Amino acid sequence: MGKEDLIRKRIYFDNSAATRMDERVLEAMNPYFFKNYAVATSEFAYSEGIDAREALDDLRSVLAASLGANSGEFIFTSGDTESSNLALKGIALALSKKKGNHIITSKIEDFPVLYSARAIEKQGFHVTYLKVDGDGFVDLDQLKDAITDKTILVSIQHANQEIGTIQDIEQIGHICKEKDVLFHSDATHAFTRIPLDVSQIPVDLVTVSGHTIHGPKGIGGLYIRKGTPITKWMDGGFQEFDMRPGLENIPGAAGFAKAVELATSEEILRLQAMRDRIIDRVLAEIPNTTLNGHRWKRLPQNANITFHFVEGESITLHLDMNGYAVSTGSACFSRSLESSHVIMGIGGDHERAHGSIRFTFGRYNTMSEVEDIVGTLGAIVKELRTISPLGKERTKATT
Amino acid sequence: MKFPYSEIVLEHFRHPRNVGQIEDADGKATEGSPSCGDMVSVYIKVDSDKKTISDIKFESYGCASNIATGSIITELAKGKTIDEAKKINWKTASEALGGLPKIKAHCSVLAVEGLRSAIQNYEERHGLVREKKPTTEEEIHKRLRKVMNPLSGLDIERTNLVKAVQLRNGIVHVAIDLPPEHQFSNSIREEVREKIEPLWDIQEVIVDFTS
Repeated sequence: MGKEDLIRKRIYFDNSAATRMDERVLEAMNPYFFKNYAVATSEFAYSEGIDAREALDDLRSVLAASLGANSGEFIFTSGDTESSNLALKGIALALSKKKGNHIITSKIEDFPVLYSARAIEKQGFHVTYLKVDGDGFVDLDQLKDAITDKTILVSIQHANQEIGTIQDIEQIGHICKEKDVLFHSDATHAFTRIPLDVSQIPVDLVTVSGHTIHGPKGIGGLYIRKGTPITKWMDGGFQEFDMRPGLENIPGAAGFAKAVELATSEEILRLQAMRDRIIDRVLAEIPNTTLNGHRWKRLPQNANITFHFVEGESITLHLDMNGYAVSTGSACFSRSLESSHVIMGIGGDHERAHGSIRFTFGRYNTMSEVEDIVGTLGAIVKELRTISPLGKERTKATT
Repeated sequence: MKFPYSEIVLEHFRHPRNVGQIEDADGKATEGSPSCGDMVSVYIKVDSDKKTISDIKFESYGCASNIATGSIITELAKGKTIDEAKKINWKTASEALGGLPKIKAHCSVLAVEGLRSAIQNYEERHGLVREKKPTTEEEIHKRLRKVMNPLSGLDIERTNLVKAVQLRNGIVHVAIDLPPEHQFSNSIREEVREKIEPLWDIQEVIVDFTS
């Protein structure tokens, strides 16, 4: 791994962290920076405001239609973190006095949902964190059992951010509907990758974001089914049907809408082919590897594999020096020095989290990049295993 | 390209020195475990006449700072007398590496402890065994000086995070001056347990976060 390796082309396999924005997205945003930069709230003051209002309405329709919703049911936010905060805290505020103070979520949710739930818990709510099985699935019977007459909301993600496992949100939605409980799903990583039609699936709130689909950062949205009791959580102006105050991010919305239009079913197949290729080759060619998450019921863009006896940050750093960007569930990598709560949640131990690497694919990746990384990975893992005290004596590895 | 580590750390990470095991080691030790994250094994060969470390090898299951520290301490210790080698601490290693990120202190301190424990192991096996003394609160404070405060890169004793230590009938209570929901609470709890539980007369370690 010499200097010449450091200047080779960069290959980015961390598309669940952020995606490269599509140039066509930038083109769609451009007019709202330079031509019509007025805000929609100025519609009664001057004509530019009317143009802005009309543009925002059109963009909202695109986003709403992509989920099978009516345009009055979709609000723009700054991203998935804000959307999920609004969903959980907004429902809690609206229903705690009227109905109850119990919320159900899963142990492997992404941080916006998990920490919103914890924040609500501190306000005196009860939160049930459902366990998941070895592949990351929520048990539907456990969910049914957990719902009480005090339950106001179930929040279960559409697909997992780290291991890609896709939940059966249709069944979950039916269970919630039967028990008359609201259902929120964080679809940040599933949006446009796995079909979701709210006219068919009984889900009341859906979190989406632009940054995962080659759209801009800083724009996201929340689908709110008509009639859902939800209380505004941030204070300010009356934008977004008086649900989300703050200046409308019309350039962001334009980019987000364009990104949605550009996501095709052919692309899903391309991503899936890369996912399947890396999983098949790594598991076949590199010994002592474990796939995290379900083999098939997973996001088309996600592969997550544990390389036993070695530590993930060491793998990512070596890969980085070879031109590849990936991420890991290792405690060494996280700012809290804690192992991935997702890998621990699927019954993995620290060792499994420690050596886990997430590969997430996007529009600008090619199959030849996938073919290239496998050999490099094999060499890195082999090298690190010669340094590691684990693996040689298997007895030690089980301590 | 930009890296979160110094050039020297990267050099040792890419080309770690003295990797492996010594079959007939005079002293050996493993610090850490897969469950706490990183793990380091250190093997030493001692020249009994000169009382110097004639050979040293290490193995690491850890991140870049762990591997690099393992590598640098073998270079620092090789050829040194036992007494000199005992003085190698985290600061010496960190300075020799051109600095380490604060948050990575706990990963690298393991390697330094591996060296110390390997020396201790050598001494115990060569007639310098200390008797089993009952653990005192003082000894617990001493061990807590090996638990890193990731906020500062210094240990939790020196950064005044340890509010109280109480030892009664083999049960240790450690009060840490951080809120329970703090970002590092869990990792500090794990590390405190890791350091104190192995003491022969300790049955339970309870870490309370009281801020």
